Amino acid sequence: MAAQLNALNSDSYIDISRYRDQRFAGQLTTQEKLLKQSHTLYVGNLSFYTTEEQVHELFSKSGDIKRIIIGLDKVKKTACGFCFVEYYTRADAENAMRFINGTRLDDRMIRTDWDAGFIAGRQYGRGYSGGQVRDEYRRDYDPARGGYGKFAPQTQFQEGQNTF
Amino acid sequence: MPRRRRDSDEYDGDRGHKRRRTSEPIEIEDRLESLIIRVGEKSTSSLESNLEGLAGVLEADLPNYKNKILRILCCVARLLPEKLTVYTTLVGLLNARNYNFGGEFVEAMIRQLKETLKNNLYDEAVYLVRFLSDLVNCHVIAAPSMVAMFENFISVTQEEDVPQVRADWFVYVVLSCLPWVGKELYEKKDVEIDRLLCQIDGYLKRRVKTHVPMLQVWTAEKPHPQEEYLDCLLAQIQKLKKDRWQERHILRPYIAFDSVLCEALQHNLPPFTPPGHMPHAHYPMPQVVFRMFDYTDAPEGPVMPGSHSVERFVIEENLKYIIKTHWKERKTCAAQLLSYPGKNNIPLNYHIVEVIFGELFQLPAQPHIDVLYTTLLIELCKLQPGSLPQVLAQATEMMYMRLDTMNTTCIDRLINWFSHHLSNFQFRWSWDDWSDCLAVDREKPKPKFVKEVLEKCMRLSYHQRIVDLVPPTFSGLIPASPIFVYKYVDESASSLPGYAMSITVGNAIKNRASNDEILTILKEVPNPNQDDDDDEGETFNPLKVDVFLQTLLHLAAKSFSHSFSALGKFHEILKNLTESDDGKLHVVKVVYEVWRNHPQMISFLVDKLIRTQIVDCATVANWLFSQDMAHEFTRLFVWEVLHSTIRKMDKHVQKIQEELERAKDKLEKQQHKRRNSGDGQDVDKASDEDEDMDKSSDEDEDVDKSKARSKAKSKGAEDEEGQLEEQIDKLQEKVESAQSEQKNLFLVIFQRFIMLLTEHLVRCETGGVDISTPWYKNCIERLQQIFLTHHAIIQQYMGTLENLLFTAELDHHILAVYQQFCALQL
Repeated sequence: MAAQLNALNSDSYIDISRYRDQRFAGQLTTQEKLLKQSHTLYVGNLSFYTTEEQVHELFSKSGDIKRIIIGLDKVKKTACGFCFVEYYTRADAENAMRFINGTRLDDRMIRTDWDAGFIAGRQYGRGYSGGQVRDEYRRDYDPARGGYGKFAPQTQFQEGQNTF
Repeated sequence: MPRRRRDSDEYDGDRGHKRRRTSEPIEIEDRLESLIIRVGEKSTSSLESNLEGLAGVLEADLPNYKNKILRILCCVARLLPEKLTVYTTLVGLLNARNYNFGGEFVEAMIRQLKETLKNNLYDEAVYLVRFLSDLVNCHVIAAPSMVAMFENFISVTQEEDVPQVRADWFVYVVLSCLPWVGKELYEKKDVEIDRLLCQIDGYLKRRVKTHVPMLQVWTAEKPHPQEEYLDCLLAQIQKLKKDRWQERHILRPYIAFDSVLCEALQHNLPPFTPPGHMPHAHYPMPQVVFRMFDYTDAPEGPVMPGSHSVERFVIEENLKYIIKTHWKERKTCAAQLLSYPGKNNIPLNYHIVEVIFGELFQLPAQPHIDVLYTTLLIELCKLQPGSLPQVLAQATEMMYMRLDTMNTTCIDRLINWFSHHLSNFQFRWSWDDWSDCLAVDREKPKPKFVKEVLEKCMRLSYHQRIVDLVPPTFSGLIPASPIFVYKYVDESASSLPGYAMSITVGNAIKNRASNDEILTILKEVPNPNQDDDDDEGETFNPLKVDVFLQTLLHLAAKSFSHSFSALGKFHEILKNLTESDDGKLHVVKVVYEVWRNHPQMISFLVDKLIRTQIVDCATVANWLFSQDMAHEFTRLFVWEVLHSTIRKMDKHVQKIQEELERAKDKLEKQQHKRRNSGDGQDVDKASDEDEDMDKSSDEDEDVDKSKARSKAKSKGAEDEEGQLEEQIDKLQEKVESAQSEQKNLFLVIFQRFIMLLTEHLVRCETGGVDISTPWYKNCIERLQQIFLTHHAIIQQYMGTLENLLFTAELDHHILAVYQQFCALQL
């Protein structure tokens, strides 16, 4: 049946967010077009210890996964808390945005967002110290993400003090 | 930075951006839609006054926007069944103010009904008929004409040589309208209604119900029988009739407007003959009603309506519609479920949990993807943290207690749901409450369930977490630590025939030797299967496969990506080793041997081996049913691998079919275009490319050039067509070959099932032992699961299956499964 109601077609969980990759090589309009057709998701707020296998198990619940690329610290080459999940179909990726985004993996609330497509090199954190930018300035203590943020003021105190 | 921010603002609110540029009518249409869809929501005034207000607005808009309003109202009738009575009241008010509009609306609805039936949209057709029947309550439609429509529907039960599911649907439609309109119709036409109910009763009594055992979630009658859906509905209607059609649950806004509405003139429905049966018609499958709660389960507060009360039916339907409307937006869905009108008189949390599990366990398939239900339940827990988690825990406990009679497919879904749910709540659970499962045979449903849940929990976390999680008494059910088992691990393995080779090959791989170099090395591996003077050429060498693959997978054992990358790098060698079916089978066996503690990795690798065409789907099927895997036969991962394999085969066939369709479409378009420009006259109809050509040359020259161009074009077009036709032929062959492979896959699977089951049945009979062992229950239900999960594909091959496999000579236990499957679309 052709007749539908626009107001009932709300599908806000799969809308693209405000984030745009500043290093994307191309026009903003191109990036947005790619985001709207993408089969690839960025997954954030992972623990450094979350494995590819755990990501695979969770994200397989919305469909068959083509590949997973674990984000790495550019210097240490160890996991730094994000990854890309690429599905074979757009529909499966949409279901992940609807039903896996905002749920827990490894006891952490993870966040998914559309990604314009993996290119070699994008698996590295872009923070100055090698990890993700968000971990440079983070002020809270997160044991699963290397403790305090790299440049958070507390780090100066932490070194000399006893723990209580 | 500032510039970028402005840029992204420009693109925000895409719809708003569009709206600024479009013309007024679309804005008004959106406004009307919004007004109509949102009537009654989140308002400080009562629903009645909102409806009154809206009716006034729409009446004023009728002169200019009548068609738009008609379209919107028809849409809400079809798409928002949970708000049925709100919209019938609205239509009633409009009809009272404008008789002609009422008539046009009824006509539009009848047109829509015909369309939905023609297009196999049976669910929507039910909502439309129910809408029409409730319009009787709103004095829009005359009761006798509604009864006449029902009579025409029921006459379908007298048709011969039509599928039973066709008559089923028409009976269902009539019965499902009666909770809304039974009272009114009975007051006007009691004789006719009684006759209808009598005919329905007769039909249901002679109806074939072979399909029921296949669709039941639990096989036990206690505590809640899982009834066939039409039987249950008739019982509910009969009870309603006994209660003199008093129904108190449905929200009926039109009652408040009775004085206005009864002044209105009614319309008669035109005589409606149900469309005849078409070969391509796809009627809905029969169902079994899912019940897990009754009034004893909700301790305090409002009482749960009984299983044969019509209220129960209406509540379940409405909750299902809410999920159907809002499934894409889980927060909205949860909020809508929890604000169900009439929630104060029912234990709403229990109804919601029951409906959600009912959908999750629905056979053959859930209406929505599994993970939706998990996430929806989590949202509901967030919104009702003081009450819903308890109901959920109670439900889980109840389902655990009844595992012994639960369908294996449903147990699978319960395992997946429960483990995923726990992973969102730090795996907190009172495992000790389930220590009764430790005292029985590990193959029994309860300990098996706990074992599989713990395995899934481990996949979402890690081994030590699970060890720390459960009481020490449960240690026997904890999954193995997922470590690689390398045959040639160290000097203790030096006596094994392949040991020395494994070191050579390992070093070659580490030193980045080429594929050719490694193949040369592998040529030296002795073949235990080959006799000294065997000149049959390359017989399959299992040791070669073993040495290479064990070593490779060992080096790549670190992660999924490492292993996948290894398969890719050495694809050539693996293809070389798997030229024969034996080779393919042995590769899969080695994968199992090394990763037997890590079923997740086995599934992953088998998937990649199929996708990279190193092994076939049939290889995997044969392997899973082989003697080597008999001890794993009842484990969940085995069936996940098998179903995933069948799905990949299906997607492969579909992909080639789509390619073929696209090529055929392209050819048709080409031929059409060529036919149109065949005269050479249509120089004006030049294609896009010609438009770019120079138009400024002399006219004569232009005409000559065009003639030459069109001649060249038609020659080129012919060539292209010829190429397309060749491509189509090739694709046609590919499709046929893929379908043949698919048919073969099912034949293999069913053959193996029949062999295993027959063996078991014969052994039991000769030994005088009861056939119903846990293994047998698992196996026969797995056979059912194949039929149910892939029914659409299997139906294509029914003829072959019946002729070759499911013949009358088969043991009746096995044949029964096949007959149940056939009964689903009889």
